[in-house]
Amino acid sequence: MSALRSTSRLFAASRPLFRPAVFARSYATVDPVAQEPTPSEQPRIKQFQVYRWNPDTPSEKPQMQTYELDLNKTGPMMLDALIRIKNEIDPTLTFRRSCREGICGSCAMNIDGVNTLACLCRIPTDTAKESRIYPLPHTYVVKDLVPDLTYFYKQYKSIKPYLQRDTPTEDGLEYRQSPEERKKLDGLYECILCACCSTSCPSYWWNSEEYLGPAILMQSYRWMADSRDEKTAERKAALDNSMSVYRCHTILNCSRTCPKGLNPARAIAEIKKMMAAH
Amino acid sequence: MARLSGLQREVLSLYRKCLREIRKKPAETRENFRVYARAEFQKQVTVSKKDFTAIEYLLRKGQRQLETYSSPGIRNIR
Repeated sequence: MSALRSTSRLFAASRPLFRPAVFARSYATVDPVAQEPTPSEQPRIKQFQVYRWNPDTPSEKPQMQTYELDLNKTGPMMLDALIRIKNEIDPTLTFRRSCREGICGSCAMNIDGVNTLACLCRIPTDTAKESRIYPLPHTYVVKDLVPDLTYFYKQYKSIKPYLQRDTPTEDGLEYRQSPEERKKLDGLYECILCACCSTSCPSYWWNSEEYLGPAILMQSYRWMADSRDEKTAERKAALDNSMSVYRCHTILNCSRTCPKGLNPARAIAEIKKMMAAH
Repeated sequence: MARLSGLQREVLSLYRKCLREIRKKPAETRENFRVYARAEFQKQVTVSKKDFTAIEYLLRKGQRQLETYSSPGIRNIR
């Protein structure tokens, strides 16, 4: 019995040693051993054209670089393909990524003409057509697929995206909401500020200095609709000019492109209704 | 001097802004800042006059650098 126990303990002690090998996260590349059962399968080679631009040599024009991947050995999502290109073909390729499940908004880019998150975008299985990957349109590029979102975040800061309230509750406890009041925030609070909608909006392309853009306006409405916030009048006054809201011409690119399935255009329409009512 | 293009004027105005910020630095390190700013501009003299996109990028980069270095916490540069 004791001998048995000692071996089991030895086994347990030795386990962490080889755990990394077994549980090592393999993001993009499917384990070659797992692919073994289907050796007869034809390799499905797909071409990816990726926008490349290096800030260290600013005189060189941006260019498209073509990479070829076998889809059988690649994960299903665009981000898997990009990570595999970076790991195995070209380590100089630069892009932002973090959560790989559509909750951080880092990997927003323009894939086959549509702004979306690379981690939520399936690779089209049609291998005859190449996929084209660009950074978000009409943004300054930092490098390759990395856009400069400094101004976007500055605009977000300008709408004061936090609860503003002067009066405490009667009982001094938390600010409570009814389920109906909470329901108004559904479809608003889920926004991850990936900037897909704002950079797909032609109005925002031409007036990004002054027009706030769909993402920021939706967040603005999120705080105007919040029953706990007491500065709704101030928020409305801050938007009451010809540029901040009224550059929205209901083009609806924002709602069409949103990778989270939200509807910024509806939120902007609600803001316009609130502004008209007061 | 010949009439300057808008881009050329922007570059000059950036250089002037740098010089103005340098005057806010402590007197004993001002020369270091001046040498640094001048070298940063000098590095890019080879960029072609017609290469607008590159010049615009360098201007944006310069603005960012100026913003960083003009913080009062930065007292010397080597």
